[in-house]
Formats: sequence, structure tokens, C-alpha cells
Amino acid sequence: MISAQKGRAGDGSAAIVKVEGLSKSFGQQKAVDNVSFEIRQGEIFGFLGPNGAGKSTTINMLTTLLPPTSGKAEVCGFDVHKQANDVRRSVGVVPQDYTADEDMTGYENILLCGDLYGIPRSDSKRHAEQLLQLVELQDAAKRKVSTFSGGMRRRLELACGLINYPKLLFLDEPTLGLDVQTRTAVWKYIRQLKQDYNMTLFLTTHYLEEADGLCDRIAIIDHGHIVKIGTPDELKASVGGDVILVGVKETEPDVSSEIAKVDLVKAVTKTGNDYRIKADDGAEATPAIIDLIRSKGMHVSKISLSRPTLDEAYLELTGRTLREEETNKWAMMSQRRTMSAARS
Amino acid sequence: MVESERVPIKEATAQDSKIEGPAPIAGERTAEMPTPKINKGPTHGLWALTKRDLRKWYTNPYQLIISLIQPVIWMGLFGKALNFSSFITAGAGAAGNPGAVTAAMLGFFGTTSYFSYLVCGMLVFIVVFNSAFSGMSVVWDRRFGFMNKALSTPVSRGAIVMAKILQSVGRSLIQAVVVLFIGIALGMDTGSLSAAGIAGTFVIIFLVAMGLSGLFVMLSLRSSNWQTQMAIINLLNLPLLFASNALFPVKIMPAWLQDVVKVNPISYCIDAIRQLLIGATGTYALWVDFSVAISFAAFFSIVGIVMSWRLLSK
Repeated sequence: MISAQKGRAGDGSAAIVKVEGLSKSFGQQKAVDNVSFEIRQGEIFGFLGPNGAGKSTTINMLTTLLPPTSGKAEVCGFDVHKQANDVRRSVGVVPQDYTADEDMTGYENILLCGDLYGIPRSDSKRHAEQLLQLVELQDAAKRKVSTFSGGMRRRLELACGLINYPKLLFLDEPTLGLDVQTRTAVWKYIRQLKQDYNMTLFLTTHYLEEADGLCDRIAIIDHGHIVKIGTPDELKASVGGDVILVGVKETEPDVSSEIAKVDLVKAVTKTGNDYRIKADDGAEATPAIIDLIRSKGMHVSKISLSRPTLDEAYLELTGRTLREEETNKWAMMSQRRTMSAARS
Repeated sequence: MVESERVPIKEATAQDSKIEGPAPIAGERTAEMPTPKINKGPTHGLWALTKRDLRKWYTNPYQLIISLIQPVIWMGLFGKALNFSSFITAGAGAAGNPGAVTAAMLGFFGTTSYFSYLVCGMLVFIVVFNSAFSGMSVVWDRRFGFMNKALSTPVSRGAIVMAKILQSVGRSLIQAVVVLFIGIALGMDTGSLSAAGIAGTFVIIFLVAMGLSGLFVMLSLRSSNWQTQMAIINLLNLPLLFASNALFPVKIMPAWLQDVVKVNPISYCIDAIRQLLIGATGTYALWVDFSVAISFAAFFSIVGIVMSWRLLSK
């Protein structure tokens, strides 16, 4: 583990997950539709999408909980369907729900997970203590889980998922419902796992800032399809430049077409008194735009320049924002339960 | 993260200069720390899962006490009020003829004490009741995600189901012991008690508990809805009780009901217990009772494990 830095997420690293044409249907409904992607050894790979987009279904297939309807998936070199037990032994899973047994202590919960993996107690006891330190729960470890806060439970789930020394860790919505402080802590642990242990992490999220700040690569998934895969910067760049918002005092005349002719400007839309301008380099284009407006005898009332965010990339790629959307009832209920438990 | 945030090794391996930096929390392990012998056998995790459920029960004494209220009411109120020997004395004009009363009681119940007759029924009734709820714990585990967590580990799917069955059997045996003691305290006939009889009684209780738990766990495997599960429990509980010889002898029942009682495995179990505990005259030979109980237990345990492969991996 000292040479932990080898094989970092860069290109050319070996793929630890290979997915080809994976689909899952529930009756008529296609939850995951012909999805293909690869995860490289040592990277943090994120699945970004709204509720019900097929994120959890994909994780469930990769962690052998659901058999795929069609397609192939290989995890750590094992086929998820034919070599399910080998896959289970080599990966860790941190589910979206709080699954720890409330009547047992945190420490006992980790040991129980160790037992389920067939790890001898002598080993799992030592390892459990290391894991409790990693997630900073060593002081609360001997308390019943029913006394834990949501953040503590989430950290305990993380420790449970690591008991079998996984090469690859799946995290399903790891920060759902957590407060800012705990969320930051969970991000810290995730980065630490990647950095110090060269672990590969696959996480799903519907928080843009999480995907942006944490992931090396992101797959945007919507309605069971992968819309785009790339680094956060690539995704943002694909939106096409900065956004300049210019407010003008005069509603008339419409100078959209003139603005569009300014260097670097790519597109202009006018709503009321505001012009929303897309430009390759916003900082350089803005003065020219202001000059143009003034030369028409009009007055600029406000101006703002923003770099493209993942939010915009998402909007551009899926045609929707990542707000709460309709999803199936059971997934919703389970998520609400998780969130209310997180806040208790 | 930065170096300073790395996790220190807690073990006293500090003098071993080869282990520096982070402990092997994940991925490959260092050469200094040999890979543990992973138990890949089909029964690994079985005891851990069973113990998890059992401790929920024994750390919560209220559950045990509440589950005993029903059989106590049946025995104390129903058993004591239904004084069949005085019915016979008063009704059949047999007053002053104790021999006739005894003969009538023996004819109907195979024993002279209805209360003792009922206690034997209650020993099995508590098993039925307890087993019926074994499915509930499957439903809760499903609902709270523990089932998925267990399924994502290499623990055998059969072990998950077997643990549910075994924890229920363990609870049934303990509750049956308590019911037996209460029965004795309330005046059960202890004249025929023997060590062998008691041992035989608990062997057959073990078997019937196994079969019933297997049945109810199987019915709950796909369900994450506890209302449905409650409905199933209520649907099966009372018919299983009334369509058996737990309360009344078979021979006074209408013919159609007698046929139902004959296919109810619980009847055979109670029949055996009456012979073993209070020396009653049985309906069937003991070997018949035991054969039925063994087949019942084997059938539902095997079906439960087979179904678990199909149902849990979907």
C-alpha cells in the first residue's frame, strides 16, 4: 500500500468495471436501457441523474443484487451474473438506506458485516477498529446505533462497506439528506480512500456540487440512458462557453442580432430587458458588448458573467434541471425514510 | 487528503519500520499482514445472522412476556372454565358415578384432565403463533435494507433463510418451555412426566417449529409490505389452531373438519405430545406422529432454501 499512488485515474489505467449494453426492465418499464461504460482503476466515477433515472438499478446490477435483463457487466474481472460471489467478495457496498442494526453497537455492526464476508473475528476486530478511526467514530463505537445521528450512521455504513478490504467501493447517494458539515466529512473520507488506498469509487448522486467537486469522471444518466460521460470540465465545456447576462434600461429596440455579430459571441436570447449571451470567452467579449449597447444610445442597467456550471451542462444535455421529479413511489418512500433518518 | 490525515495503525507494530503510512483498510494488503483465511463455506454467517435476530428478542423481555399472554389466557380462562368433567357429571346424569365420568373423559380426550389436554395443545399453539411472526422479521429486514446489505455479501442465500428459520425455532423452544412451566403451575397433571417424554416433546416441537417457520419465512420472502404479512398471519393462525386437535378431540368434530384436521401437521405434533407428556391415549402411533413431523420440517426447510435462491436473487 506504500506504492498507493500507482495507476491513478489517468488514461490508460486498467478498467476495473466494464459494462456493455446493460439493460434492466421491470415489466414494460425500462429502468436501465443499453448502458455501456468503463471505470478505471483508482478513479472516482460518478453517476449523476435525477431520482428514478436508473442510478440505483445500475448499482444493484453491478453489486449482484439484480440480474440484468440483457447485456454484460464485469466487475474486478468477474462477471456479475456468473461469478456473483467473486464480485461480492471484491467490492464494498454502501447502500442508500441506513441498514445498520439499531439494536447493536456500531462496532458490533461492523463485525457482523465481517462475519457475512466470512472474515475471521481475529482479523475483523482489528480491522473494525481501524475503520472506526477512519470515519472518526471510535468514541461512539460502543453505543447502540439507535443513539446515532444521521451523519454518524452514514459514516458507520461507510465503515461497514470497507470491512472486506474492497478494491472497489459502491456508494449509493452517500450524502443524501446530510447536513453540510457531515457531507464535507464524507467527501473527505472518499478522497482519502482514493488517495491513500488507491481505491476505486463508484458513487451515484443527484447533487451537482458533489459530482463536480468529488468525481474524476461523471456519467450523466437520464431515463435509463447515459447521456454523456466525461470529466466535470469536459462536461462544462460541452455546454459551449460562458454566459453573460446584460440588463438594458430600454426594452426597444431589440439589438440581439447586433450583439450576435460581436467577436466570440455564440448565441443571444432576449427576455424582457435582459439579454442572455453565450460567449467563448466572456471576459473578453463583455466590453465589446457594452460598447455596442452604448453606441445605440441605450443604457446598461446590470451585468453578470458566469462560467458554465455543471447545472447548465446538465440542463443542456437532458433538457431538464436536477430538481425533484416524479419517480416511482417506493423509491421515493425509501429515500424519504433515509432523509428523515439522516436528520433525526 | 494530506499525509497528516492518514489513519495511524493502532496495533503495536510501530517498531516494525516496514509498516509506515496507512493501514490496509482497502485493496491489497501488505506482506506483513497476511490475508485472513476467508471462510467461503455455505454456512458461514449463519450463526451470526441467527444470533442477530435472537438477541433482538432476548434483550427485549417485553416481547417474551407479551407473547406469553395469549397462551396463559387460553389455559387460565378457557382451560379452567371448560370443565368438561363437570359437564359430563351434570349433563349426562352421571352424578355420583365417578367411574362413568372417567370413562367418558377417557373416551373423548384420552385423559381425565381437560386442562392437561389443553396445555399440550397450547405448547404447540405458542409455536404456531411465534413461527407466524418469523416472516415479519424478513419483511422488516427487507424494508430497512438489511436484507439487501446481506445479499450484497457473499453469505449464502440459503444461510439467510436458514438463520430466519433457526432464530424462530430457538424462540419457539424457549417459549414452549415457559408455557410448560406455567401449565404445570396452573395444575397440569404431572403424574406421567418423564425425562424421555419431555425430551421427545421438545424434539417434536423443534420439528414443527422448523416446518412452520420455513412456511412463513417462505411466504414473506418477496414481500416488503408488513400489512400483507399481518393479513397472512391472521389468515393462517386461527384456522391452523381450530382445524387441529389443540382444543377439542377430533372424534367430536364434523366429518369434513376431521378430514382437514388429518392433513394439519400440527394435529400429529399435539397428538404425540399428549402421549409423551400426560400419557394420554393417542389417535396415532408415536412413530406416525414423528414421521409426519419430520417430513413436514424437512419439506418446508428444503423448499424454503430452494425458494430463497429463486426469490432472493431477483
